Order: sequence, then structure tokens, then C-alpha cells
Amino acid sequence: MIDGPGERDAGKGPPPGGAPLAAHFFRHESGRLVALLTRILGTENLEIAEDAVQETLIQAMETWKLAGPPENPPAWLFRVAKNKAIDVIRRQRHSVRFDFSDGDRILLNSEYTLATTMETLWNKSSIEDDMLGMMFACCHPGLNGESQISLVLKTLCGFSTAEIAQAFLASEDTVSKRLFRAKEFFRKERIRPGIPPDAELKERLGVVLNSVYLLFNEGYRSTHDENPIRTDLMGEALLLGRLLAENPHTAEPRVFALMALMCFHASRSDSRVTSEGGLVLLPQQDRGLWDERLITEGCAYLDRASTGEAMTSYHLEAAIAYEHCRAESFAATDWARILHYYQWLCRIAPGPMAELNRIIVVMQVSGPAEALRELEGLSDMKGDPKGMQGRCLYHSLLGEIHARLGDSERARAGFETAAGLTQNEAERKVLRDKAERLGR
Amino acid sequence: MKEYMFLFHGPREPMSILKSPEKMQAHMQKWAAWMGDLGQKGKLVSAQPLEAASGKQIHSGKQAITDGPFMEGKDLIVGGYLICKAESYDEAVSLAKGCPILSEFDNAVVEVRVVQEMKP
Repeated sequence: MIDGPGERDAGKGPPPGGAPLAAHFFRHESGRLVALLTRILGTENLEIAEDAVQETLIQAMETWKLAGPPENPPAWLFRVAKNKAIDVIRRQRHSVRFDFSDGDRILLNSEYTLATTMETLWNKSSIEDDMLGMMFACCHPGLNGESQISLVLKTLCGFSTAEIAQAFLASEDTVSKRLFRAKEFFRKERIRPGIPPDAELKERLGVVLNSVYLLFNEGYRSTHDENPIRTDLMGEALLLGRLLAENPHTAEPRVFALMALMCFHASRSDSRVTSEGGLVLLPQQDRGLWDERLITEGCAYLDRASTGEAMTSYHLEAAIAYEHCRAESFAATDWARILHYYQWLCRIAPGPMAELNRIIVVMQVSGPAEALRELEGLSDMKGDPKGMQGRCLYHSLLGEIHARLGDSERARAGFETAAGLTQNEAERKVLRDKAERLGR
Repeated sequence: MKEYMFLFHGPREPMSILKSPEKMQAHMQKWAAWMGDLGQKGKLVSAQPLEAASGKQIHSGKQAITDGPFMEGKDLIVGGYLICKAESYDEAVSLAKGCPILSEFDNAVVEVRVVQEMKP
């Protein structure tokens, strides 16, 4: 549960005046304010919401840098943002177009009623509902996956265009064009932020979960950054996931399952990188560094996930991650059980990555010869329909199997090919080291 | 359905009559309730107050210019307008009766006029 702004949640007091602001404070407050304002102004006026929030943060920065933050920083921001929004509407009076089908919102067009209406609409909903509503708007099926995630990061997570570009190795220009097109879509379609009606909820929630999952994965295994993992992206995904899990409309088993799997994976963050930024693989990870708190949270979500009837890929991935978290050591891992989950996963969510991951476990359970047989079965199909030859994981697995079979020639070839296919610098180093150790 | 314009003839400084912030706020909320109702019914077209502090009048003939706004009777000025849709004068008048200035100020007037349509 994220903290509400002080004016509304009296008693849940933020730090006293002068105390340092929490990490990412501006970033997160910005997301909350944009969500709230977009609910009031409509997605067609997302730009105005962003402007008002931007001006608020600038004013905060300038005021606070001299006097220090006020006693209740979120409340201060909320008060100022409300007035900024009124200012921006006044200033852009002639270019702002509100949806006239909405009897409340039309009152923002008249000076007689602007301030009062803003006040009323401001307090109408909870910030958690606003964030959730905005999440559904950003993950509208009319937008492609990249646009969805970019919008989520921009509006809800307070990322700048440059920060999004950095996260996805795209140029700033590409990201701003992507955002521009998404906003055009919002303007044209007048998408209303909000939790969709029951008839649509099942499908729409699936899209939202997928975006959160992709965002988390990008953090877990950064494909586009010099850092092998991006804990900030994982943190944002966890934050959004918790919002979904705690809201009665979206508190579904598959949401809990996704939360569980994210908690389990995130718990290992500290053990996955060396102080020099190198990647540490599962067998070598110091399990003492795993975050107990996140594992406990993950277990609680896994319990709640088991209440439903539908088995989703999130459930299975969470169950697999749980097996790793509860194992005393790499050797003590219950590989047979994990293999069982992967077989299940390959049935309900078939795909090359699921198959490759399953074969990694086959290697643990039945040995390298059996794994090789299955792996060759995958890639020998005519024309390589599953695109195995272009996958880093395929070649690194091939390398691993041959290494265990004692064929260092083929093993080295596998690792080297894999190294050439990854976009993650730290992963490339791990693969090169493995090839190196095999000697010539 | 025709468009009707309401012209609000009210005190030049309504807030100085209302005095307390509490009453000012209550007054603004009445506006929001009245206009909100028009909006909900889909009848509201637009509405804005006019700045009370300034105005100009240009007189015919020598086109002499004087400072305004134009005062009518006991300190009344046109303080703003609202355009709405209505089926008839009767409906327009009954809508206009809800205007908060009528219940708030003793000598206020809401003038209801039909906006002439351009005939083909």
C-alpha cells in the first residue's frame, strides 16, 4: 500500500519538516498527480495534466531548496497542483476541449464554476483508484506493447522521455514520437481512465498484467543497459502490481501469482550482481543475501494465488521461483518438481523460451545426454521454425550440455555463439568467461 | 431548440456584500450546483463572468470614450453571461430562476434573451 497524501490520510504522517525526501519521491508523487488530474481532465488533456504537475514540481523544488521541504510534502504538492491545474486551464482556455457529454466536466470551462468543480472532482476518488484507472488507460488494447509500457513509465512512474529511452535503448526521438502517437490516440478516442466494466475486465486486466510483467522482466534482465539488472524498473513493476493486488476490483488469483513471482525474483537482486557490476548465476549466488522480506511477501501472495481455479503461466512461474527460494542450496533444489511445473507451463503457454527453460531442468534431472536429445529435437525441425538458431539461450544451453558431456570444442562454440547474441553486457562477459575456462 | 442568453445584472462587488470566505464559498457552490444541473441536462453551452473592475464605453457621435463598466440603477452592472439551450421562453425563464444571484442579492436581475438564429 502506498502512502496517501497527508491531507486525505491524516495520521499516516510523512516525515517532519526538513527531513530528507524518500528515494524517488518526486517521481512517484508525479505519477499520482498525473493520474488524478487525468481522471478529472480526461486523457485527451493528458498534456495539460503533465504540464500542471511539471510546474508544481518546479515550484516545489524552488521553494524547498531554500526553506527545506514542508511538514507534509505530499499534501503541499497536492494543494499546489490543484491550483496549477486551474491556472493551466485558464491559460489554455481557448485550446482546451472537454468532453461535453460529461455534465461535471463542462463546468471546468466556465470561470463561474472552475475552482469549485476542480475542488469537487479532486476529492471524488481515491488516489489508488486513479492510478489503477490510468493503468488501464495506458494499457488500452488499441495501443501496442511498447507504447503501453512507455506511457506507464511516463505518466504513472514519472520517468522522463530520456529515462524511458535509456531503459529501452531507443533514441529520445523515437520515444517522444511513440508517446506523441499514443497521446493522439487518447485525444481521438477520448479514452476514459478507469476500471473497465466487468464484461471487459478479464481481458483488459490480462493486458495490464502483461505490461507489468514485461516491465519487470526488463528490470530483471536488462536487455538495453550497461547494468545487468535495473532494480528501479523492478521496483516500479512491484509498486504497480501491489496496486492491482490490493484493489478489490482487480484482486484476482493471477494478479497474486504475478506478484508472487516478482517478489521471489526481486528477492535475489543483491546476490545477482557483484560490486563491479558482473552477473552472478544461480549456482554461485550467496543465498544469505536473498531478501527474506520479499520472499515472505511472495509466499503470502502465492497462498492467495492458489484460491482460484484457473492455472496461469504466472502461477507456474511463481511456483518455480518459489522452489528456488526455498532450496537450501543449488544442489538441494527439488528439480523434479520444477521439471513438472515447466512441463505444465509448456502445455498452457507453449513457446521457445518455455521449452528451453524446461530442457535446462531436464539436464539437472536426467543428465546432459537426455537434454541434448531433447534440444536437438527442438532445433532439427525443418527450417528452424522456432528460431532456435537466433536465440542466446539455445546456444548457451548447448554449450552447457556439451561442457558436461566433456566436448569442450562444441561447448566453447556454443558459449561463443551465445555471447554474440545477447544484448546484455554482463551476460556476454559471463558467457565469454565460460568459453575461456574451457581452454583451447 | 433555440439558444438563450442570460445576462446577469448584479452588484459590482458581490464579494464585498457576501463578506465572509465561508459565504463566498457557499455562493460559488450554488453556481456549481445550478450550472451543473444545466450541464447534466445537456443544456449548458457556455458561461463566463465579465471582469467587474474595468470596461470602456464608446459613445456615438464624437465616439467619445469613457471608462466603464456601465452602471445601471443602484450600482448594478452586467456581471456575466450564460448561454443555454431551451425549448421555449417559458423553459428558459424557469431555468434562469435558479440563478444564485437572484436568491443572494436584493436587487439583482437576470435578463433572458433569445439568441437570434440565422434564417436560411
